[in-house]
Amino acid sequence: MNPVIDSLKPEERVLYALRSLYQRYGYSQFKMSKFEEYDLYARNKDFLISDGVITFTDTDGRLMALKPDVTLSIIKNTRQMPGSMQKLYYNENVYRVSGSTRCFKEIMQTGLECIGDIDLYSLCEVIFLAAQSLHAIDPDYVLDLSHMGVVSALVDALALDDERRAAVLSCIGEKNGDGVRRLCPDRDVSGILALIAAHGSADAVIESIRPWCKDGAAKSALDELAQVTGILNANRCEGVRVDFSIVNDMNYYNGIVFMGYIRGIPTGVLSGGQYDNMMHRMGRNCRAVGFAIYMDLLERLSDGPRPFDVDTLVLYDERADIMALTKAVNRLTGEGYSVRAQKAVDDKLRYRRLLRFGEGGIEDGE
Amino acid sequence: MANNMINVALPKGRLGEKVYGMFAAAGYECPSILEPNRKLIFENGATGVRYFWVKPSDVAIYVERGAADIGVAGKDILLEYMPEVYELLDLNVGRCRMAVAAMKAFRDNPERTLRVATKFTRIAREYYAGLGRDIDIIHLNGSIEIAPILGLSDVIVDIVETGKTLLENDLEPIETIVPISARLIANKVSFKFHGEQIEAICRGLAQQVKQ
Repeated sequence: MNPVIDSLKPEERVLYALRSLYQRYGYSQFKMSKFEEYDLYARNKDFLISDGVITFTDTDGRLMALKPDVTLSIIKNTRQMPGSMQKLYYNENVYRVSGSTRCFKEIMQTGLECIGDIDLYSLCEVIFLAAQSLHAIDPDYVLDLSHMGVVSALVDALALDDERRAAVLSCIGEKNGDGVRRLCPDRDVSGILALIAAHGSADAVIESIRPWCKDGAAKSALDELAQVTGILNANRCEGVRVDFSIVNDMNYYNGIVFMGYIRGIPTGVLSGGQYDNMMHRMGRNCRAVGFAIYMDLLERLSDGPRPFDVDTLVLYDERADIMALTKAVNRLTGEGYSVRAQKAVDDKLRYRRLLRFGEGGIEDGE
Repeated sequence: MANNMINVALPKGRLGEKVYGMFAAAGYECPSILEPNRKLIFENGATGVRYFWVKPSDVAIYVERGAADIGVAGKDILLEYMPEVYELLDLNVGRCRMAVAAMKAFRDNPERTLRVATKFTRIAREYYAGLGRDIDIIHLNGSIEIAPILGLSDVIVDIVETGKTLLENDLEPIETIVPISARLIANKVSFKFHGEQIEAICRGLAQQVKQ
């Protein structure tokens, strides 16, 4: 029994496990200020998960924001050196509108970014670490992978105007085949319907859409996806699947994107992907891949209500010798019990045993 | 609650009963649901489904937050609240349309801000934004038809089924925004962990859909 580890909440335990995981793979922690100039977010508004940003005017008149996102700050602070690689992880509070409450919330977010000369190894490593992160939260996880190259090639092949293209992409995200059919009665949408229907183990899914990805960008994207999932499978990432309904904003993301789920938590807890397009938009001539984990959702992982608030309730009265009482309490905590010492029984307090502290020291209180 | 049961949120009312009929015909019946009593939750261990009735506009909330694995909600609710769910199937029942309606004598004056009364503020706002029209939204919770009659608004945006209520109040639909029907929706995470069961239900229901 280790009282320090036992006292950790599930999300805190996960946090330490993740920190140790990322450090083992050579990632270093990125610390940042709580504030960032608002301009950074205004220029890249669509990259943010939610629209709202809390802003304030600094003493010198600059418009500042409580950071709603960490990735943009990391990109801003990266130095670009040819052939170099930055491997960073972070654990920061961000401030944004939470989906369910539509109000601002402080959200604890952990994540990892790999920026620089991204090759197949670094891509696989980041996705592997995403799978390992989910495994650290709960072995019963699913990590869905998609490839934006496949999705965009199949949608491009329909040659739609921007409005219908956006609508088809959102139907893919909703697995809404009826919607696609209704939007494009004049097009052959069999490829899109196959994308929507295909989900599950990587090999089967990739083969099922192979007929629509025979050449060009679609084929090379699908081949890359097959290569990555093959490597992950060989490294025993059992929860890895393929699902093309993950559709991130193509102005920022490209290549492989992914989303992680834990049984019992009703929304995705991990999201990530390659964002080379974002790097180019911010004037960086390098590639990047990363992911974030929404730690606030892990509250749901609680081990269930604790049966007791404390192991031992020690009752004492006015006549108690305080010196002896402190010694007695310290002896009990030293034995590994949690102890609460007070004068009266508190109705709401649940304790495992009750002891009285009398003139002769600790006595059984029942 | 047991882990392997699929929780189904059905909308209370006529549409829900019709949809339950489709589930039953697809092999997911639960006879106790038709008994007249005040129970809220009905399950059939043999078919692995558990039904519960909720307010139609709440179905998406139950599904989005994972209290229900799947549910049936009108497209109007999905467009208005944009829940993070999969929309697996158009059940083609509960058909109606989201429309703009006004007094029969109404003539639009594009120089003035259009006053729009509606329950569906997001749908109305997006529709008029698409037209580039400046509007003043008046959010109401019911009896929308009365707003133009009393001069509260110029037009209303509401669901029109037969148009009878409009007609009786001297109103008429002037524009269709989007056709509406009931959709089978699924929680995204439930779909990851109970995908096979959910897809089997979806296939069964697809066979019951009448075009």
